[in-house]
Amino acid sequence: MRTEYSDWRSRWRTMTDRLATGLAILATAVVVAPLVAIFIYLVYKGARSLNVAFFTQLPKPPGEAGGGMANAMLGSAVLLALASAIGVPVGIAAGIHLAEFGRGTRLANAIRFTADVLNGVPSIVMGVAVYALIIKPKIAWLPFTGHFSAFSGGVALGIMMIPTVCCTTEEMLLMVPHSIREAALGLGAPNWKSVLSITVRTASPGIITGCMLAFARVAGETAPLIFTAFGNAFWNSNLNRPIAALPLQIYVYALSPYDDWRRLAWAGSLVLIVLIVLAVSLVRYVASRGVLKGAS
Amino acid sequence: MVTAPVPDIRITQPQRATESSGEPGSGTPRQRPKRASAENSEVRRFLMGRGNSAVADRGFQWLMVLCALSIFGIVVLIVTELILRSQLTWHAFGFKFFFSSFVDPDTKKTTYWDPVNGHFSALPFIYGTLVSSFLALLLAVPLAIGVAVFLTEMCPRGLRGPLAFLSELLAAIPSVIYGLWAMYVLVPILREHINPLLGQYLGWTGLFADDNPTGLGFVAAGIILAIMILPIISSLTREVMSAVPHSQREAALALGATRWEMIRMGVLRNARIGIVGAIILGLGRALGETMAVTMVIGNSPEIHRSLLSNGTSMSAVIANEYAEAVSDLHLSALTEIGLALFILTIIVNALARVLVWAVTRGAPAQVLH
Repeated sequence: MRTEYSDWRSRWRTMTDRLATGLAILATAVVVAPLVAIFIYLVYKGARSLNVAFFTQLPKPPGEAGGGMANAMLGSAVLLALASAIGVPVGIAAGIHLAEFGRGTRLANAIRFTADVLNGVPSIVMGVAVYALIIKPKIAWLPFTGHFSAFSGGVALGIMMIPTVCCTTEEMLLMVPHSIREAALGLGAPNWKSVLSITVRTASPGIITGCMLAFARVAGETAPLIFTAFGNAFWNSNLNRPIAALPLQIYVYALSPYDDWRRLAWAGSLVLIVLIVLAVSLVRYVASRGVLKGAS
Repeated sequence: MVTAPVPDIRITQPQRATESSGEPGSGTPRQRPKRASAENSEVRRFLMGRGNSAVADRGFQWLMVLCALSIFGIVVLIVTELILRSQLTWHAFGFKFFFSSFVDPDTKKTTYWDPVNGHFSALPFIYGTLVSSFLALLLAVPLAIGVAVFLTEMCPRGLRGPLAFLSELLAAIPSVIYGLWAMYVLVPILREHINPLLGQYLGWTGLFADDNPTGLGFVAAGIILAIMILPIISSLTREVMSAVPHSQREAALALGATRWEMIRMGVLRNARIGIVGAIILGLGRALGETMAVTMVIGNSPEIHRSLLSNGTSMSAVIANEYAEAVSDLHLSALTEIGLALFILTIIVNALARVLVWAVTRGAPAQVLH
């Protein structure tokens, strides 16, 4: 009796173990499948519609074949440059404060929590807020207010970069050993110099990684641009005017009924994803080489 | 301040540093500083507070504080702007904005959202956001936990790196590209194959009435959302699971547990609070997700029982109508929806953070029973 019971029991346990293993493998396969499907389909559709004209020409009016998204790529570059100009310095400075000056204080905890909140703000809400802040009010003596503009889009993206940059900067600075700081101070360097050219410099690979991650995240954002940068069918590099952006153009063209425009949407997606995959791989490469190599 | 005379550095009396003692070079410390809590090191405090670089130092410090405070300022500014710009609907509808409905005088049908006649109610959008997000969780959570279990406990070492990289990539793909793929690949598949099947076999529940010829709707939105939140849930679950001490695993195995029993009793049960946190964080992401949802949910402000019918969500209606709002009241209603979405995601995210922290911040493993 007893042996029979334990035999049945152990068989049941082995079976559940195998079943669970099988299910875990199945789940992984089910998860990997759509990613591979998306990539293959994107490369297939995108590569067929990618040509030189895509990178050099303006979009053609519907019905005409050809055309490209050169203006959208320029627009994305302008927006991302502006966003980085806002997000990177502020984020790094905030990270320096959290790691170097405000360690353990109540203010630092509050700021860290606020950065978390800001990180969780849905991107569409960021668009609404920037619209309410910059585009809705018409103030005569303030430039950029009262209409859709590249500036407002850049501000929205820049704000979205701050929390990521801030948190990675803080984390990386915390990893820098204290002996390095004390050595700099002991040699007579003022604190600001010690922070900027010793601590931050030691942590710079990690900080750059954080900036790249924030950049990659923001590069594909569409939602905050719909009613800030607004899109533009022509060349524009004027910050005071509406500007095209690659993700925004993809969105508009994906919903359009014209085959030529949809083709451009696929090609644009391929370009966008190649850029983002490059950024992520670069980040991973840098991270795998040891973030703080010069530290010890 | 390189030329300052270096005073006697005695750890117990750092204030002596300010009065230069006038004997340069005599400052060999008699005690070695204790470096137990290095950030409070007296040596450092002394070195930082000395000399005429103090002005530059203070300026630098203030600049950094200012930048840090700007994060504070931005969030406050966002909240006040959202509140101010939604005053109009708040005064017109009050709390009823979130659950009222209207009857169209011409067609006698129930409507919720009629910008032309000035009828605004957020109910169908809240419904759509909640339904699509929970559908996404329902699909994503078992898969994400399966992936996390596989990657932390079963995966051959050579496969772990590439798979982790893949899931990182999955998280980096922009929402609009998911939407594009969903529109042209997922939705046709649903329309041709899956929706008819669902309608045929599960149609009797009323949840899967196959009366929508487009293939768009809650199911499409839920699936694409599930794909999008999978990486975040699974990577956080992985983090929480690897925070479970190895002794737990070894103890379970030593008592004769099979691998699954070890995972179930030793790992998952210890990590459950953190896993719940990861799931809620995924929910927070799903609630605010805009582009992909907008492209496949169908965008009709109605409430249907069937998951296969067209719907809409809070983020989708803002994306679709904000730039072309017909009146100030319309704009204000959309802003109020944005405010509600903001508050909802903050609550959800804060809850998730607290739960994840509780586990990864060195909480001791519990004794199992």
